[in-house]
Amino acid sequence: MNGIHDMGGMDGFGAVVPEAGEPVFHAEWEKRMFAIAAAVPFALPFADDHLRREIERIPPVVYLGSSYYELWYHAIMALLAERNAFSPAGPQGANPPLQADAVDAAILAGATTRMAAPHAVARFQPGDAVVTRNINPHDHTRLPRYARGRHGAILRNHGTFSFADSNARGDGPSPQHLYAVRFTAQELWGPDASRRDDLVLDLWDAYLEPAS
Amino acid sequence: MAQPDDDIALRVQALEQALVAKGLVDPAALAAFVDAYENRIGPKNGARVVARAWTDPAYKARLLENGAAAIGELGYGGLQGENLVVVENTADTHNLIVCTLCSCYPWPVLGLPPVWYKSPAYRARAVKEPRAVLKEFGLDLPAEMQVRVWDSSAEIRYMVLPRRPAETQHLDERELAAMVTRDGMIGTATI
Repeated sequence: MNGIHDMGGMDGFGAVVPEAGEPVFHAEWEKRMFAIAAAVPFALPFADDHLRREIERIPPVVYLGSSYYELWYHAIMALLAERNAFSPAGPQGANPPLQADAVDAAILAGATTRMAAPHAVARFQPGDAVVTRNINPHDHTRLPRYARGRHGAILRNHGTFSFADSNARGDGPSPQHLYAVRFTAQELWGPDASRRDDLVLDLWDAYLEPAS
Repeated sequence: MAQPDDDIALRVQALEQALVAKGLVDPAALAAFVDAYENRIGPKNGARVVARAWTDPAYKARLLENGAAAIGELGYGGLQGENLVVVENTADTHNLIVCTLCSCYPWPVLGLPPVWYKSPAYRARAVKEPRAVLKEFGLDLPAEMQVRVWDSSAEIRYMVLPRRPAETQHLDERELAAMVTRDGMIGTATI
């Protein structure tokens, strides 16, 4: 989705300004919002792909005017509505809520998106020249605008992972190979960029085509 | 008159009450998540990892080979660090971490990200003009050093292994860990 979230390379946002003191949370509601987003998926399973999809659907003016945890609020509300969480009949198929004494173990266990994919073929090897596809899906994608139709080289193969585009659409994880792809700064930003600098972006197999 | 902050505070409170009423969250579990990320999971974890890598070459090799497994040796891992890759600063290359599409960040070693890391300014500019951003952080890198930006917008989380400062041979692992800053592990500072 060509949304406001896809910010790489935009101008006009001014300087990067660290705040004084840098508290982890700024108010009680930020703590509770963070924890709600962390806890709800144990009762009503959703993936980061779904949360990100909903964050990206927030209208641009609202997105830019909202703090980080306000975006989470809007996205969680959308996911809960999608699952009829607050209808009189309640959500269907919910698990029991995560208990306090299980939180540390749940954090440590994590929720990896690495998945076995015995039929997925690694089309590329480290060093291979690739070009990213020029795609403009209306749905969630991890191929940012600044890196579409660009030439790069495979740096490493991370293994097979749930494919975010497919999973966010509701079409299942469809795991495939995820590669670290290296682009020169000049390929991405033109001749004014440094000749030495480069950028690495993790991209799924479906985003890439061979380049000669 | 209600201020915007009061409004969102009330809305989150109402959301929590509704979720508790529906049996979807336990308030004590929410408090446990907050406690973990406010008091235990933060950049001190990453600093310990860095200091270990600086003092134990075999550990450093394992860390660069499989970051997630190596931080697991120190008891760290899990959410937003399941697939951690550690990238090493060298005399020739300086690494910088950003997430342009979201605000992905290696929670087990750095905790929750600071506000500036999540800001449009950082997400927009770190990929296009990393040297200008680094200058605003007080880091003016020589033109002959390569800057490599890692846009961690997919499934891998990254942490920078900073260079060990000169003349620290007399320091032990604990003293070295105390020198390591969060920004040094994002790449917006050197140590």
